[in-house]
Amino acid sequence: MAFLSIPNVRIAGISACVPKRIEQCSDLPILSKEESLNFINTTGVVSRRVADENMCSSDLCYYAAEKMILDLGWSRDSIDCLIFVTQTPDYIIPSTSPLLQTMLNLSETCLTLDISLGCSGYVYALNVISSLISHGSIKRGLLLAGDTILKTCSPNDKSTYPLFGDAGSATAIEFIENDDSKLLFNLKSDGKGSDVIRIREGGFRNKATVDSFIMSSCSENILRNKLQLELDGMDVFTFGISKAPRCVQELLDFYDISIDSIDYFTFHQANLFMNERIRKKMKIPAEKTPNSIRDFGNTSCATIPLTMVTELRKQLLCRDLTHLICGFGVGLSWGSACFQTKNICCPDLIEI
Amino acid sequence: MDLLTFTTNFADQFEETEISAFTPNTNYKELEEWSSLIALSIIAMIDEEYDVSIKGDDIRSAETIEDLFTIVKNRK
Repeated sequence: MAFLSIPNVRIAGISACVPKRIEQCSDLPILSKEESLNFINTTGVVSRRVADENMCSSDLCYYAAEKMILDLGWSRDSIDCLIFVTQTPDYIIPSTSPLLQTMLNLSETCLTLDISLGCSGYVYALNVISSLISHGSIKRGLLLAGDTILKTCSPNDKSTYPLFGDAGSATAIEFIENDDSKLLFNLKSDGKGSDVIRIREGGFRNKATVDSFIMSSCSENILRNKLQLELDGMDVFTFGISKAPRCVQELLDFYDISIDSIDYFTFHQANLFMNERIRKKMKIPAEKTPNSIRDFGNTSCATIPLTMVTELRKQLLCRDLTHLICGFGVGLSWGSACFQTKNICCPDLIEI
Repeated sequence: MDLLTFTTNFADQFEETEISAFTPNTNYKELEEWSSLIALSIIAMIDEEYDVSIKGDDIRSAETIEDLFTIVKNRK
């Protein structure tokens, strides 16, 4: 069982960055007027931010991190660890995290690591970076989580394109000795569901060929090629409403935490219909589950920090909070975490 | 598990279709109101009422409400 309790680590700050460009779901030609109303009512997505052609996930994370470093007043040579979680890296080779290290002007003594996970990525990567820093040798680290997932979607695929948005984030983590609070995790995965959300070709199992670019339609207004993201909405839904609540409940039970003692449950923003099902199933009051999906859509691994910045910023700045977060999706991979924040640094949402 | 209750629970997920349109033999994908969003409501209803996880393929392979009932019943 991957229940993990990590001491001597605190979250010092969270920031997020989105592209300036807004795209309204009601303006998309692939949805009829009635369809777009239905879509908005069900998924809760009204508009999303779309990265320009020359703007990568790393760029969005870079701006979030740069602001965080300045606001915290961290010297750059005190940052000894940078983890970048994304499924839309700059290149297939090399990794993007060393590029980010250079963009941010961090020192050569900084450990860098890419993690390829989507919706569960923030929870998993928070675990990895906390574990590294918990040893006490690395004092400060940056967790950058971001995706420009719209770049993988066909604009003519109504099952993916209206749902997703682009965003980046930075979370600053610090070693702190003899602190009583711990970061708690419950991490899970199931590769049997690897075909539920996937890009079929362009990797090394199924290499890209000329045929990979052929657009094909599996139903009305779903037109895509084999290098683009596909998603079985029904299977994702079944997975989300059964696994996410269980994963959260297991964590609460294992560490004997009551729902009442949690200030906020920040869930991965999959779609509002699914998130509401999860919330009601767990009997969590609506005011404890912040949502940002209305304005930003599903931004893959960035949803949790983005939602914390846009919906909880004021409380993060001035209150001690106990958080429960849960990410679930592509892999299949899912996980939950519980941690405290105490007056952390949280700059306003950055738009570039 | 009771077929008539299942049929009623199934019908509850629709807003416009007359209740009389739903019998165990109803071919639900031919109903005018049927949509992928209703499919999600059905999946959620089955999860909630029967504690069974069904997949997209189950919804696609079943034709009548009774077919789906049988799938759920066999997983209980």
